[in-house]
Amino acid sequence: MSKCSIGLLALSSLFLSGAAIAQEKIKVGVTATLEGTYTVLGEDGMRGHQTALNVLGKKIGDKELEFIVASTDATPDSAVRAVRKLIEQDKVQILLSPLSGDEGIAVKNFAKTHPELTFINAASGAQETTYVDPAPNFFRYNMDGAQWQVGLGKYAYEEKKYRKIATVGEDYSFIYTQVFGLVLEFCGAGGQVTNRQWVPLGTKDFASVIAALPDDVDAIYLGLGGADAVNFLNQYQQAGGKAHLMGGSIMIDQTILSSKGNAKNALIGTIAASGQADTWEDPGWQKFVKAYQDAFPPNKRFPSPSLLATNYYDSTMALILALRQVNGDLSNNQAKFREALAKIELDAPNGKIKLDSNRQAIGTNFVTEVVDDGKGALFSKVVKVIPNVNQTLGYDPAVFSKIGLPSRTVPECKKY
Amino acid sequence: MSRFVERHPAWALVTIIAVAVALWLIFAVWPPGLEEAIGRKRVFLNAVFNGITLGGLYFLVASGFTLIFGLMRNVNLAHGSLYLFGGYVGYAISSSTGSWILGFVVAFILTALVGVLLQVIVFRRMEGQDLRQTMVTIGLSIVFADLMLWACGGDFYQIQTPNWLIGPIELPLVTAIKSSGEPVYLRYPMVRLVIFIASVIIGVAMWLALNRTRIGMIIRAGVDDRDILAATGVRIQLVFVAVFAFGAGLAGIAGVVGGTFQSLSPGEDIRFLLASLVVVIVGGMGSIPGAALGALIIGLAEQLGSVYIPTYAIVVTFLIMVLVLAIRPQGLLARR
Repeated sequence: MSKCSIGLLALSSLFLSGAAIAQEKIKVGVTATLEGTYTVLGEDGMRGHQTALNVLGKKIGDKELEFIVASTDATPDSAVRAVRKLIEQDKVQILLSPLSGDEGIAVKNFAKTHPELTFINAASGAQETTYVDPAPNFFRYNMDGAQWQVGLGKYAYEEKKYRKIATVGEDYSFIYTQVFGLVLEFCGAGGQVTNRQWVPLGTKDFASVIAALPDDVDAIYLGLGGADAVNFLNQYQQAGGKAHLMGGSIMIDQTILSSKGNAKNALIGTIAASGQADTWEDPGWQKFVKAYQDAFPPNKRFPSPSLLATNYYDSTMALILALRQVNGDLSNNQAKFREALAKIELDAPNGKIKLDSNRQAIGTNFVTEVVDDGKGALFSKVVKVIPNVNQTLGYDPAVFSKIGLPSRTVPECKKY
Repeated sequence: MSRFVERHPAWALVTIIAVAVALWLIFAVWPPGLEEAIGRKRVFLNAVFNGITLGGLYFLVASGFTLIFGLMRNVNLAHGSLYLFGGYVGYAISSSTGSWILGFVVAFILTALVGVLLQVIVFRRMEGQDLRQTMVTIGLSIVFADLMLWACGGDFYQIQTPNWLIGPIELPLVTAIKSSGEPVYLRYPMVRLVIFIASVIIGVAMWLALNRTRIGMIIRAGVDDRDILAATGVRIQLVFVAVFAFGAGLAGIAGVVGGTFQSLSPGEDIRFLLASLVVVIVGGMGSIPGAALGALIIGLAEQLGSVYIPTYAIVVTFLIMVLVLAIRPQGLLARR
C-alpha cells in the first residue's frame, strides 16, 4: 500500500514537473512545403529558420521556444490541414506559416477563426493575403510578389530595350501577383505584353508550352519555381530555345541556380527582380550568408541562401525579437505581443523591413542579373537596389485599388 | 478489319474521316483562316508529337503494370516506386560513369531484382488474395517512398542527356511557308524522338515475344487459365517471377527515360502509378496493345489539352477515363 502511494506520489510529481516545464515553453508551429513541387524551397526555408535560431537563440527571458514543424505541398488545403493539426493536436500558441501564395490566402482566412492566436507569415507572397480583408492577427514581414518585381519592368524597357515580351507562369496567386507587378511597370514604361501563358503547378512536360512560345518577342518572362522551373529549363534546352529570358523571384533563385545538370546555363544573363540578391555587398547580408554557410555542410545547403531561407530567417527574427520585447508575455489574447510585432522594425539581412497598417512589409527590392562565377556556379548579381517599396508599389491607393486584383488577365497592359 | 467495317459501317466512316482530317492537319500547309482560328501549325504539330512521345513514356510504365496484372492478377500498387527507383539508379550510374546507356542497363537489372524479391517475398505468400495484395503494395509504396526520400532527399534530379542527343532536329514536315516562298520545317527535340522510337521497338518486341515465341505462348496461356497451365507441367512460379522481373525492369527503364526528359523527385512515383492506372483502365487491364492505345490517348490528351485548354488540361485525362468506364468498362481493347 505504502509502496503504491509512494509510486503515485512520484508519478504525480512527475506530471506536475512536466506541467511546470510546459509553462516555461512557448510553442510555435512552423509549416513548410516539404512535399511536392516546392520541396526544395521548403527545405531551404527551414534552413533559414534554423540559421535564425543559431544566431538569435531560443531563449525568451526565462522561457524557451519550442518549434513543431508540419509539412505541406503548396496547396491551400494542405496548409490549412497542417495549421489545424498544429493548433489542435500540438497546442501551439504562435504560427510561422505558410510558404506558398495560395497557402497564404487560405491560412489568412483560417487565422480569423482563431483570433486568440498569432500568425506570422513565413514566406508566402500573394497580394490578396494582406491586401484584401486582412486578418488582424496575421503579420507578413516579406514583400508580396508584385513588390518583388519592382524595378524589373523599367530596367528591361530602358536598359535592355525590350519592347515586346510574353510571360509563362504557374497558374496560382503568387505568380499572378508577380506578373501583376511586372506588367504594371513594363506597360507603364511603354512596353507590350503580347501573351500570358499559365501552366498548372506541378507540370512536368513543358514541351508543348515551349512550342507555343511566340517568337516575335524580345524576351520571355518565366514565373516558375521549384521542380517546374528545372523541368522547363531542361526541356527548353532540348528544344534548342534561344530567346532572351527574364525571371521571377523564385525562378532566379539558388533553388534553381544551383540545381544539377547544365540546363540552368540558359539563365546566364537573365534579368530578374527579387527581395534579395546573392552578391549584395551589404555587411548585414554578407554576415547572414556566412551564418547560413556555417550552419550546414556544403552538400546539405545551397552556395548562398535562397529567397525562402531569407524569408524564413526574417520572419523567425521578427517572432523572436518581438517576443523578447514583451518578455514572452502572451496574456490577454497575445495583445502586447501583437503590438510589438506591428511596431517592430527589422534590420533584416535583405534591408530594413517595417509593416504598414495592413501588417504587410515595406522593404527593399533588388534588380539582378544572373552571372557565372567562373567555376560553374550561378549567382544573381545586384544591378539596382530600390528601398522602401510598399504594397501599392508607389501608386496612390485609390488608383491602385482600381487596377483590380492580380489574376490571369489583370492588370491590362496599359499605363494606370 | 473488314469485319469491323461490315459490322459498324457508321463507326468505320467516322474513323476514316477522323484519320483523314488528322493526316491533313499534320501534312498540309494550313490556310490562314485556320491559323487564325486555332493558332499556328507549329504549336499544333509540336503538341501532337509531344503527346505521342509522352505516350511512349507512359507505355513503358504501363506495359509492365498491365503484363503483371494480366498474368498474375496482381494489382501492384508499388509499380510507381519501381519507376522512381529505376530513375534514381539511372541517375546515380549515368552521373558517376558518364554513360547514359549504362544507366538503362543497370536500372533495368536492379529494378528487375527488386521485382523478383517482391514476387517471391510478398506476392507468392498471398496468391489470389486481391485485397490483401493491394493493401500490402500500397503500404510498400509508402515505405519505399520514404526510404527513397531518406536516401536521395527531396531534391529533383535530372539525368544528363548525352551530348549527341541535345538540341532539335528538322523533320520533313512543313509548318509554314515564309513570305519568300521558302518552307519552314518542324524542329523537334532529338532526345524525345529517340526515346519514342525506343519505346516503339520495345512495344513491338514485346508483342512479337508474346505472340511468336514459346515463352510468349506460355504467358498467354497463363493469362487465360493459370490452373490448367500449371496442370500441364509448366513451372508456373518460374514464369511468374520472370514476368514480374521483366515488368519491373520496364518500369525501371521508364524511370531513366522520365528522368531524362522530365525530372525525378519525391511524388513522381504516385504520379506515374496514377498515369499507368489511367492508361490501363482506358486501354483494358492486361492487354499490351490496350496499354499502347491508352498511353497514346492519354499522352495526346494531356499535351493537346495543355495547349488548347490549359485551365482544364488535368480534367481531360480523367474525363476520358470516366467516359471509357461508362461506355466500355472493360477498357477499349480488352478481350473479355
